[in-house]
Amino acid sequence: MFKKILVFSSALLLIAIMWGCGKGKTSITLAGSTAFQPFAEKLADQYMATNNNVVITVQGGGSAVGIQSANSGAAQIGMADLVTLPKEAKDLTATVVAKDGVAIVVNPLNKVTDLSTDQVRDIFNGKITNWKEVGGIDAPITVVSREAGSGTRSSFEQIVTGINLKKDALIQDSNGTIRETVANDANSIGYVSHGLINEKIKALKIDDQECTVENIVSGKYKLVRPIFLLVKGSLEGETKNFIDYILSDEGQKTIKAEGLLPAK
Amino acid sequence: MKLIGEKGVKRILMLTAFSAISALLLIALFILNEGLPFIFKYGVKDFLFSSDWNPHLGKYGIYPMIVASLWVTFGALVIGAPLGVAGAFFLTEYVPKSIMRIIKPTIELLAAIPSVVYGFIGVMVLAPLIRNNFGGPGLSLLAASIILGIMILPTVISISIDSIMAVPQSYREGSLALGATTWQTIHMVTVKASKSGIIASIILGMGRAIGETMAVIMVAGNSVNIPHSPLDSVRTLTANIALEMSYATGLHRQALFATGVVLFIGIIILNSIASVVLRKRAVKK
Amino acid sequence: MRIHPRYTQRGAIAVLGGATLLTLLILAFIIFFILEKGLPGISLSFLTTNPTDMGRAGGIFPTLIGTIILPLLAIIIATPLGIFTSVYLSEYTKENKATRIIRFGTDCLAGIPSIIFGLFGYIFFVVTLGFGWSILSGGLTLAVMILPTIIRTSEEAIRAVPKSYREVSFSLGATSWQTVKKVILPNALPGIVTGIMLSIGRAIGETAAVIFTAGSSLRIPSSVFDSTRTMAVHFYILAREGISAENAYATAATLIIAVLIVNLSAYWLMHRFIAKRS
Repeated sequence: MFKKILVFSSALLLIAIMWGCGKGKTSITLAGSTAFQPFAEKLADQYMATNNNVVITVQGGGSAVGIQSANSGAAQIGMADLVTLPKEAKDLTATVVAKDGVAIVVNPLNKVTDLSTDQVRDIFNGKITNWKEVGGIDAPITVVSREAGSGTRSSFEQIVTGINLKKDALIQDSNGTIRETVANDANSIGYVSHGLINEKIKALKIDDQECTVENIVSGKYKLVRPIFLLVKGSLEGETKNFIDYILSDEGQKTIKAEGLLPAK
Repeated sequence: MKLIGEKGVKRILMLTAFSAISALLLIALFILNEGLPFIFKYGVKDFLFSSDWNPHLGKYGIYPMIVASLWVTFGALVIGAPLGVAGAFFLTEYVPKSIMRIIKPTIELLAAIPSVVYGFIGVMVLAPLIRNNFGGPGLSLLAASIILGIMILPTVISISIDSIMAVPQSYREGSLALGATTWQTIHMVTVKASKSGIIASIILGMGRAIGETMAVIMVAGNSVNIPHSPLDSVRTLTANIALEMSYATGLHRQALFATGVVLFIGIIILNSIASVVLRKRAVKK
Repeated sequence: MRIHPRYTQRGAIAVLGGATLLTLLILAFIIFFILEKGLPGISLSFLTTNPTDMGRAGGIFPTLIGTIILPLLAIIIATPLGIFTSVYLSEYTKENKATRIIRFGTDCLAGIPSIIFGLFGYIFFVVTLGFGWSILSGGLTLAVMILPTIIRTSEEAIRAVPKSYREVSFSLGATSWQTVKKVILPNALPGIVTGIMLSIGRAIGETAAVIFTAGSSLRIPSSVFDSTRTMAVHFYILAREGISAENAYATAATLIIAVLIVNLSAYWLMHRFIAKRS
């Protein structure tokens, strides 16, 4: 009985290992920025449809994971959405493949439709704590922010400037969870990637500029950050082909259709 | 197996027996190796007792997280322990054995429901309830305590039941024969005889509450904030690691591993206490 | 003032019974909440098709594969280790310092938060050993996580085998190993299986440790070095990122049903075990 279990499990293990060998395809792993992850998945699907000798896997993890895994070789391509890359990324070849607007969002029930950059700063710093101070109803403001180190947060803070986030701000670890939190709480304010705006949340005009593709491209809307793909050493082989594909007209069209902005 | 012989078998078994302890050592080694140098470089006192957590300014004080972890755990115990212990006594002393045999596994099922499901229900049901009735952001210390209180129930109930059942039947019979009611028997005889097991169940529940990550991230709101009321949003040690790990580089990353070191040491201390309490019981038996 | 024992008795029944009822109601609420919202979304095609658009549409087939393969790998690794350990502890040594250290280590391992396992798995298996985010890294991490449960339950089961069985076997001239193999393990098997089933339940529901070690790729893995996404992780991502509430509920319902099946079979086995022994 016991021996049977042992034999069975070693056989299973053996099969599992054999199954790992004997595949002749080139494998590329992307890891990093959760903001770019959905786009990378879509681009990978499209690329694999015409290049069936390549298998592309996409992982999230965040920009820091993107940089680390590109450095360590856990991934061939790291994804990062930081305004400035940290020193750990100095050995990596960085390519800007897209740009992203950061929208300041509130619950659709909120009457407020626009804020100035100063008001945004004061709200996130805790100087303005009630919606009535900025033309809304008499209700306390719930500030929702990303975690320290997040690309979206550092871009937001670098562009708005002078942010010293108030202590009791709620912290969520992705664009999606900020959207859900703001959608569930009528008195909250947060910021998300432009591509994630939907009917559950409302993007505010900042300094009278609406967060639209036109305004971002023309530079009128200021909250914009680049998205980098990072490769160790120089670009070559299938990795280069895939990044070239993303930068091609077809790839950039996908990026635009899904809510990000083309790199150029 | 004949080839190896009895002595060989024993040696192989002994090697495997050290697998658990070597896994523990390996984990300790890797976590300490990544986290300890940071703690000493940054300063033990500043790391543990400063409340300034601002990674992009190079400030790494985890005091608010330690306080929050303790409050959340305390809250979970206030909710989970009385409910669990009361349930355990009711099921063992008042309910027929045949019914208990169905209810106990049903309650243990609570333990098998993935923690993300608890967290999700906390976000969808509990947080709006708190926000609309008591104010505040809803995602709060209170919400986290309630969800964790529910999550530790099965641990508390199931281990308490085991230790109450271990009280010799003759104790109860003696008490009942003297004319005591079931309740008098419980609070004068059974509670005393099963005390260490019940305490152990609460300590183990406590360990689960301190260690829970995903459910807490979902419902606690995660502000780096020393709470002034149960309606404030808080961030626990575990949440700090899981929230920021994905974007952390350099010192920030080491600081998160250091947070793991603090958590690891805390849990080991708690487990040592639990195992001492449990061993006392075994000796008494 | 003394309250008559009859009233304290009634009060106790009301309070203790109320607490028990509340606990059961909470359990019922959680299960019904998920099943009510999720069951309508479950269909054969939901279980057997690939997700499209990040899981916004389509099914959960790859996560079903991940949910089966990851705990399976963990079990294959942890079961022999766990059983050997418990055999050693209960049959081959007396209580001494070494066994106490092993027991203490096992207990500590059981109490370590999954996020620590995740951190460890990430630096050790993913980075240091270079397995990457993969089924192998995830399976090994989960194996370490469930090892204490298997050791503990197997030990209980082995200790429950009556002493006389061993004495008979020895008196017939059997060696220790023969006794373990022919007498003890067959008799303890149902209890051991229960422990395995409980571990599977824990592995299926785990999120934190899995995200850090097995990643969250939505593709069907083609080797143990590929990343995978389990249903628990898929549910977490769908629900947290607000990708699709319907698919999140349906995934959670599938997950709960799977966990219920695993647990019920564990209890059924245990029950049969108890019935057989008495």
